[in-house]
This record gives sequence, C-alpha cells and structure tokens, in this order.
Amino acid sequence: MAVRVQTADFDISREIAALSADRTDIGAVVTFTGLVRGVSAGVPLASMTLEHYAGMTEAELARVEAEALARWPLQASLIVHRVGLLLPGDNIVLVIAASPHRHAAFEAAAFLMDYLKSRAPFWKKEVDTAGTGTWVDARVTDADALERWK
Amino acid sequence: MSVRLVYFAWVREKLGIAEETVTLPADVTSVAHVLAWQAGRGDQHAEVFRHGNGIVRVAVNQTHAQPSASVAGAREIAFFPPVTGG
Repeated sequence: MAVRVQTADFDISREIAALSADRTDIGAVVTFTGLVRGVSAGVPLASMTLEHYAGMTEAELARVEAEALARWPLQASLIVHRVGLLLPGDNIVLVIAASPHRHAAFEAAAFLMDYLKSRAPFWKKEVDTAGTGTWVDARVTDADALERWK
Repeated sequence: MSVRLVYFAWVREKLGIAEETVTLPADVTSVAHVLAWQAGRGDQHAEVFRHGNGIVRVAVNQTHAQPSASVAGAREIAFFPPVTGG
C-alpha cells in the first residue's frame, strides 16, 4: 500500500514487478493509467500543469487507499500521481490494485480513481497552442461517479 | 489566535497571494463564517468568494471541511476550486 506524488514519469511494468516481488499469492493485478489528451473541448493543447496541495494530497490519497482496503481484500495497491508541467501523451496518474481474484481488483481500481478524482487536491491548468491558460472545471460526472460506491 | 491561510489554482491567481498569516475575528468560528469574512475583505475577495459556500472549497488542517465545520484552533485553512486531478 503506497501513494506517491512526483514530477517524474512512472513505468507500469516496474511498478507491478515491485508490487509482486517475492510473493506468489497475488492472482490479479489491475492497473489504470490516465494520460494527457492533446485536444480539450476541440482546442489543441500545448501543455498541462498540475498543481497540488503538498501534505494534504498525500494524506487524502492515503485515506482513499485505506477506504479501498476496508472494502476489498487487496493484497497490494499503489497510487502514483504526477505534478508539474506535462505534455499531450504524457502519463498523469497510475492506480494499481492487486488481489487474489479479479473482481476485487477491478472494482478497487475503479473506486480508487473515482475517489481520487473527487477528493485529492490536484488542479489542472491547460495551456493551448496560443499560450492561453485555462483552469479545468470539475465535472459533474466525476461527482456522480461516486454515487455508485455509496 | 493566528492562522495560516493558503490558496490554490485560480483562487490563488485571482487573489494574487499564495499564503498569509492572519488573526481571525473572534466571531468567525465556522467555515461558513470564514468564507463570509473573506468575501468582505475587498473587491477581489468579494469576486472570488461571492458564491459563499458554493464554489470555493475549504480544508481545515489539510482535511476537507463542510461549511458547518468549526475552525476553532485551526492552524491552517486552505481555499481552492473543486479538485480536478486524476
């Protein structure tokens, strides 16, 4: 169980290998990777900057992870979220959930993403190819996504 | 008692300040009170906090806080837009 906030990219294969090293009890590993899209609402993007609330971010991600652990029999989990300047195609976020069987891993990974999106204090600012920066608005659909876990 | 106020994303940009240390009035005891107090600090603050409890979110001591939450003894109060990570 771990959470990390970093500017550097991540390597999914390496993270899975680290998570499952020296154990043979894990039966299912589900990963989710979020990427920077090159077009936002029809406008080509030059870059995206991720701001966060250092300290609270790590605490909130740990709370989200603890909540998942209380609901599913997870053997391992990982949340990695990048901050700083990102370009179209770059990785933003990685969630991994490992369990003996697939259903728990699939559900826990989806839960971790839904909760992270609505609770972890990150903010995206998109910069278009003309150099204009715009803070991304929160989506109602992200809040709605939480309802299925109630 | 003094409390550290921190600002993020467009709240920080519109106010032109990332953090400050203030002494809250004695009658400002809840998150809703703090938001109302902020809205009365000038034109720029009024614009940012004009929606009262609607748009700007608050965390007290790095934990999400509802408008009814107490700010008694708070060391740090954060103000930010709805989060957009992931």
